[in-house]
Amino acid sequence: MGRSGWEVIAPNLFIFVVGTLVFVGIIVLIFILAERTSVKTQEWLRYGVFLGPALLLLVIGLLYPAIRTLILSFMDKNSQNFIGLENYIWAFTTPEIQIVLRNTIIWVFAVPIVSTIIGLAIAYMTDRMRRAAVIKSLIFMPMAISFVGASIIWRFVYTFEPNENKPDIGLLSAVWKSFGATPPNWLLETPLNTFLLIAVMIWIQTGFAMVVLAAAMKNIPDEVVEAAMLDGASQWNRFLRVTVPMIRSSIVVVVTTILIATLKVFDIVRTMTGGNFQTSVIANEMYTQAFRQLNYGTGSALAIILFIAIIPIIWYNIRQLRLERTER
Amino acid sequence: MAVIRRRATALVGIAAASALVLSGCAASEEETSSAGGDSGSGSSEGLPAGCEAYEEYAGLSGTEVEIYTTIVSPEADLFNESFVEFEECTGIDIVWNGSQEFEAQLPVRVAGGTAPDLAVFPQPGLLNSMVQTGEMVPAPDKVESSVDENYTPDWKLYGTVDGEFYAAPLGANVKSFVWYSPKTFADNGWDIPTTWPELLELTETIATTSDVQPWCVGFGSGEATGWVGTDWMEDLMLRFQDGETYDAWVNHDIPFNDPAVAEVLAEAEKILKNPDYVGDVASIATTTFQDGGSGIVDGSCAMHRQASFIGGILAGDYGATIVTPEDTDVDGGITTFYFPGLSADNKPALGGGEFVGAFSDRPEVEAVQHYLTTAGWNNTKAALGTWFSPHLGLDTANVADPVNKVAVDILQNATLFRFDASDVMPAEVGAGSFWREMTAWVAEDKSNDAVLDAIEASWP
Amino acid sequence: MTATPEVKSTPKLGLSRGRRKVRDAFSSPVASAIAIVIAVVWTIPTFGLLVSSFRPQADINTTGWWTFFQDPNVTFENYYQVLFVGSTVTPPLSQYFFNSFAITIPAAIFPLTLATFAAYALAWFEFKGRDFIFFTIFALQVIPLQMALIPLLQLFARGLQIGDTTLIPDLGITGTYIPIWIAHTIFGLPLATFLLHNFLRQIPRELIEAARVDGAGWFMMFRRIVLPLSIPAIASFAIFQFLWVWNDLLVGLTFGGGEQSISPLTVRLAEMVGSRGGGWEVLTAGAFIAMIVPLLVFFFLQRYFVRGLLAGSVKG
Repeated sequence: MGRSGWEVIAPNLFIFVVGTLVFVGIIVLIFILAERTSVKTQEWLRYGVFLGPALLLLVIGLLYPAIRTLILSFMDKNSQNFIGLENYIWAFTTPEIQIVLRNTIIWVFAVPIVSTIIGLAIAYMTDRMRRAAVIKSLIFMPMAISFVGASIIWRFVYTFEPNENKPDIGLLSAVWKSFGATPPNWLLETPLNTFLLIAVMIWIQTGFAMVVLAAAMKNIPDEVVEAAMLDGASQWNRFLRVTVPMIRSSIVVVVTTILIATLKVFDIVRTMTGGNFQTSVIANEMYTQAFRQLNYGTGSALAIILFIAIIPIIWYNIRQLRLERTER
Repeated sequence: MAVIRRRATALVGIAAASALVLSGCAASEEETSSAGGDSGSGSSEGLPAGCEAYEEYAGLSGTEVEIYTTIVSPEADLFNESFVEFEECTGIDIVWNGSQEFEAQLPVRVAGGTAPDLAVFPQPGLLNSMVQTGEMVPAPDKVESSVDENYTPDWKLYGTVDGEFYAAPLGANVKSFVWYSPKTFADNGWDIPTTWPELLELTETIATTSDVQPWCVGFGSGEATGWVGTDWMEDLMLRFQDGETYDAWVNHDIPFNDPAVAEVLAEAEKILKNPDYVGDVASIATTTFQDGGSGIVDGSCAMHRQASFIGGILAGDYGATIVTPEDTDVDGGITTFYFPGLSADNKPALGGGEFVGAFSDRPEVEAVQHYLTTAGWNNTKAALGTWFSPHLGLDTANVADPVNKVAVDILQNATLFRFDASDVMPAEVGAGSFWREMTAWVAEDKSNDAVLDAIEASWP
Repeated sequence: MTATPEVKSTPKLGLSRGRRKVRDAFSSPVASAIAIVIAVVWTIPTFGLLVSSFRPQADINTTGWWTFFQDPNVTFENYYQVLFVGSTVTPPLSQYFFNSFAITIPAAIFPLTLATFAAYALAWFEFKGRDFIFFTIFALQVIPLQMALIPLLQLFARGLQIGDTTLIPDLGITGTYIPIWIAHTIFGLPLATFLLHNFLRQIPRELIEAARVDGAGWFMMFRRIVLPLSIPAIASFAIFQFLWVWNDLLVGLTFGGGEQSISPLTVRLAEMVGSRGGGWEVLTAGAFIAMIVPLLVFFFLQRYFVRGLLAGSVKG
């Protein structure tokens, strides 16, 4: 109750403006001062200024929690007693969690690959197209929608009406019926339901892939394209032989980023099926364990499994980086 | 905008009217709500004029108390309305902080060192977990004696952990209701059943003699999908077993797959897993509990077992009107009958409620805690609508909604009252396997034994 | 090769006349048609939401949104509910809008600045353990946000002590935007550093080396070469960071402590559904209102994409 309007906004506005200005001011000041120092001083000063703040924040905000999570994963429900690998044994032997692991693997393969392919296709097809901005904006739109919004949007697509005498609310059922078929109960059919949830994530992430890849394509010099054209290469060949290799590093970045986002996503599963009907994924199960059942041990163990899951991706990226360095 | 102003005026009008009603009917109470009016003009010492009722909370002006809760607007707006006079008189600012993420956020805030002053617990199970963190403070003596005086011992017990009293009851709801449309019933000549066998008989009659589906059921509720199923179980548990068995079941003194529990699930199965009664059984799992009730509004099904609160949702989102059983000519009119017991005079009731526990013992926090247990506040709040509490001083005259009136009556006169079991059981079961297995029971046609065995196995 | 003048011309890849010619020659009707079809398919679900947001509650719950076109029944009630109702006890929506801006703008500037710094260091400073640090940062992306909430909250509420030594005192910033900014900065850093690093390391080595030969220090080099070259990449990442922060609920909720005066729009929207989940229809309108700003940001910053997100990719 009570305060409203200007009375609340004024101090907030003050913090907002001053906070932003102080930050920018400090950065500018550091540069003014640092540039006046000798080149030799800058040799060590550069670590403190460029790397220091990010590392400090990451150590406090992510590395420490990560280590804490690792420790908690070896402890019991209330983080009181050390119980060794019991939480991990639970994760890999409980039948329900095995399904969760299987689903996660499906997600991790399907979402990055399909999103990137569609994003790449759109980027390529609109690369030389006029008024491409409209098409790109439409495909990008899901990125601008919050998960709450997305879950409502897809409710209007997947809702199934069991009573034959009532009109459909879900678009998919209606489309199905217009072809004369009997629609299944979409979110109930395993494994169809997992793919339907994956479709939502693809719908969101394609915009990201498209934007990044379209930008990368814009940077392919015209001469390269023209040369390929003069060689008489077909569209498809030009795409495979010129475009894709030229933007390969961007594709790796896109796939990696989407893959990590996919590993972490749980809102979609949570709001649409609540993890029932064999649709749960690790991130959702982790949330359920840690924040619904207040079992920090099993929750942390699942978080660590997620962490381990990206090691192959890190390894691949290291290889890419090394490869590029040697190419130079 | 004109419309807003009109709404605001209307609310002030209601508040003033209710205050007048209260000063009339609650005169015997010590804390009589005074009719507002000149409460704004304060004298420099003590409380402003017209605030005599709040004398005991004097001297705390300028303080702030945060109440953290799952209750968000529009319900939260009514809570804020009900605090206005208290805030103006005492100068204590009550900050009502509602979040749907309460269950996940509260442990985070407590562990993170930013615990709220007061938290409204929707389940005793969560209260228990929070007490274990050692951050909660037991209810002050003044609050405890007020609860002793104004609530039945059962309700005090739900707010007690390990023999120590922590949390006073706030609101309540009653779940033992079957919603139906009086018009549909009258048009078809169906009578209200008063025993479980009669209910089954009526179900069969509806299924065979009309094209109306006897029951509408929806278990869907996002991450909490399945709770509707647990409510069915609990309600029948109270009917087929006695209170002691129910308690033994809740406390795991008997296993979850005990024959007594199996008997009850088999009864529930008679309705819930019969496609002639509920339509496609598997679809129960994907039908949201809100949508589940819509069938009784449009006449496509006859009955819907659900707690008192569903009326508000059906009225707000599906165009229903809440009527009395006598209003048999209202299209879309809905009301309730009591979910019957084995015999007509066996009237157990299943319900739920919220409990206010404290993480701080500052005097202003105590003041708010105590104020929430007074008859004055409970009546003021009830008069604002869509709410009632287990407070013994609650005058049914202040409860406007006809269904809530019945609910208060059930609450105050039930032969046997028990709290929603899944809210009391450990979270692994009550907010985990019990929901999940009831969902699998309908969605995957999992057998009764398999369901009960799985829940039993998950008990920590 | 002298660095600076040349650098300025490099990023202007824009649409030269020659390029436009190539572009026309390449437009294929089939490709355009496929792109349009995909765009339409992608839009239908959202379009359904838009239509629904103008339908009365009872209609939304009983008939499909496409029936709207046979039987148009328009209402602005959902928008009215979102924009005005509840304003007797909760702050007006404009205040949540303001908060969303006041949270999102710094929470995009801070991590981007620090990430650009870190990416510059990791891409161009030669030092031991560089790859290790880079891939640790990379791996930290996958730490679920929820696992970091409690330690960070403790830090903001109580400061940081190891044993009896106070490393960081209780700063008394709880209840302001500052914890939300810091939290978003931390959570945004790994991905921003990763993406910007991939861009920055593709700046032609000759540019950097030429500048060094000219005697430019690391700081001047950043300001005169790296920063101008990376503006498009920073701008495009800014869009993503802006979107993620704008649509975030968890961080705003946790670090804002539910304090209405600093809560973003998403917190208010999540509240509107009602305690029992009834009346979620208002979210149809709410989701659109919340979408307006991200879409505007996208439209305004989109030209940076055209100029080139990764001037790199093309090896110098």
